[in-house]
Amino acid sequence: MYRIAKKRVLNPAVTLMEIEAPLVARKALPGQFIIFRIDEEGERIPLTIAGYDRERGTVTIIFQKVGYTTEKLDTLSEGDYLMDFVGPLGEPSHTEGVKRAAVIGGGLGVAIAYPQAKALHEAGCQVDLIVGFRNEELIILEDELTAACTELTVMTDDGSNGNRGFVTQALAAKLAAGEQYDEVIAIGPLPMMRAVCDLTKPYGVKTIVSMNPIMIDGTGMCGGCRVTVGGETKFACVDGPDFDGHLIDWDEAIARSRMFRPEEARAKEKLHKCRRDAMIENAAKGGA
Amino acid sequence: MPNMSLQKNPMPEQEPAVRATNFGEVALGYTAEMAVNEADRCLNCKHMPCVSGCPVNVPIPSFIAKIREGDFQAAYDIIRTSNGLPAICGRVCPQESQCESKCVRGIKGEPVGIGRLERFAADWAMNEGNVSAETAPKNGKRAAVVGSGPAGLTCAADLARAGWDVTVYEALHTPGGVLMYGIPEFRLPKKLVQREIDNIRKLGVEIITNAVVGRALTVDELLNDEKYDAVFVGSGAGLPNFQRIPGESLCGVYSANEFLTRINLMKAYTFPQADTPVKVGSRVAVIGGGNVAMDAARCARRLGAEVSIVYRRSEAEMPARAEEVHHAREEGVNFLMLTNPTAIRGDEHGFVSAMTCVKMELGEPDAKGRRRPVQVEGSEFDLPVETVIVAIGNSPNPLIKKTTPDLPTEKWGGITTDDMGRTGKLHVYAGGDAVTGAATVILAMGAGKKAARAILEDHA
Repeated sequence: MYRIAKKRVLNPAVTLMEIEAPLVARKALPGQFIIFRIDEEGERIPLTIAGYDRERGTVTIIFQKVGYTTEKLDTLSEGDYLMDFVGPLGEPSHTEGVKRAAVIGGGLGVAIAYPQAKALHEAGCQVDLIVGFRNEELIILEDELTAACTELTVMTDDGSNGNRGFVTQALAAKLAAGEQYDEVIAIGPLPMMRAVCDLTKPYGVKTIVSMNPIMIDGTGMCGGCRVTVGGETKFACVDGPDFDGHLIDWDEAIARSRMFRPEEARAKEKLHKCRRDAMIENAAKGGA
Repeated sequence: MPNMSLQKNPMPEQEPAVRATNFGEVALGYTAEMAVNEADRCLNCKHMPCVSGCPVNVPIPSFIAKIREGDFQAAYDIIRTSNGLPAICGRVCPQESQCESKCVRGIKGEPVGIGRLERFAADWAMNEGNVSAETAPKNGKRAAVVGSGPAGLTCAADLARAGWDVTVYEALHTPGGVLMYGIPEFRLPKKLVQREIDNIRKLGVEIITNAVVGRALTVDELLNDEKYDAVFVGSGAGLPNFQRIPGESLCGVYSANEFLTRINLMKAYTFPQADTPVKVGSRVAVIGGGNVAMDAARCARRLGAEVSIVYRRSEAEMPARAEEVHHAREEGVNFLMLTNPTAIRGDEHGFVSAMTCVKMELGEPDAKGRRRPVQVEGSEFDLPVETVIVAIGNSPNPLIKKTTPDLPTEKWGGITTDDMGRTGKLHVYAGGDAVTGAATVILAMGAGKKAARAILEDHA
């Protein structure tokens, strides 16, 4: 069992948790991920490692309530336990030799872009960090992000923070202005990563993306996480999750991410029914 | 005078039409009366040919003699001297090509039902008898076992019995390896696997789940930092193979590993009670002709689909056990023999809509003596399906190889060992699918057993 040492609500949809998992914390590196399972009936869900503290033996995860399991995870509190927490999985990001980088994070991807930016910045790399949110209220980790880069650009879709537009627009402006990056790292929803790759391709800038496909074991057994990269089948859990974004078959990756969408809706119904039942039960108890 | 019936006592089974709709065990097991009657068919041959056919050398005539006498506890105790997982072997061993293939009674008629008797004794002991947890006094030696599948569990049990402290590192959240994620409930009930694992824990073996050797820990750390005297690697088969035909990444194409893991380990057949879903659609094609293909086909059948096994050779070449093929057929699985898939077609949303196949005919025998299938010109046709399950084997998992650079491996990635499971790295032993590539539970157990013997000899 793995104790939730800390829980911090970052915005109405995004939560940070620190989990006590010494075996994972001692080896974790930026770019790697974990798989957790809440309880006996739970599914195995991969999440990118957002941070770690080797001395305290904790691993930080940041998640968005997008599906059944992440919604359920969000109902847990500090001091509660997760049944399973395994990692670190996947290959760490390769950051050696990168002197000038743009790190792009969209939505929840910001949480994962943060440790990457931080690692590069600490290694002496000049980092432009560009992050995007729907509106000002959803902006997370602003202090941490500021400290993890040379220059931070925060975009909002609605312009409520005074910087209207998508992350791609901010990156496009920098590239057009002649910024020379050794590497662009894009982390976020598939369409956003694809848009970044489309943008950098004409400039010939190496662009690394972090894939988070459906998977079960995460150790190279199930093959569910396959991604076509440069015409070859790769497994995100053992070959990735970082890949050269210019070589990814995006149509396929996006289609595969939708494979269980109807089932996801059914599972969510179950959660909402559970909540309704609990409310009815509480109301009944209160009445008695 | 022994029972001279030419046939085995038939195994009571769930009716095909009933079992094709549930995940309950197909074979129900002998009653005590049937077991004694079957045991009576054994001639108790002095030269014991059956024992030589067993990868772990169970003293077969001795345990059968005890069943005949009605001393089921003694029968079980005898099996356990050489087999740590008898309830499992009695169910999933290919006895027809091992012990039973050597049985003298098989020359005229059917051999003695050795597997069925082993299963009977194990089930009886677990339900009504005692499972001994005797070990030699602790000798201060410590071993780490990587992987809790049949190879690892067998090695761990033998070392623990010899007085070693044994810790097993398991990557998944549940111990058992392929016994839990691969072989379906209706062939090997998971409660029973749990009980066999509990029996091994009673020997003092510690099992740490969620521990990935090759990521969280390395083999060198186990030796140098954790100070284990020996490490046994039984990490199993790894990455699933695909055919490299167009369309294999469409939604609805699963490796057999993924499909079976969703169903067996994650209990997706109870979705939405269990949180993990599985999608089968109404028509399923399973590519391959081995036991894993049969397991996948029979699972899909139980989830309500029309299922076809698609195999490029003829039935005679199918590597699956005859019993599995027979069971699958009884349950209504179709067999498309001499048929080879060439592409998987998708709809506009990226979901499988059909599989294009060609008919094959058998040509000249290959190096292994199996006749090579050759394509029949102009025989292309489309099989309408929503799901394709690829069951054509696995390649070794790269994690341990990658993080243990001085561990010699074969060209294809398997770990190189001698006959006793010694690798080219001092104090490191290996066995099971990680060494041989995909094989059987009992061969993995045999390898775990040999490696335990080598570890004991080398560290005496």
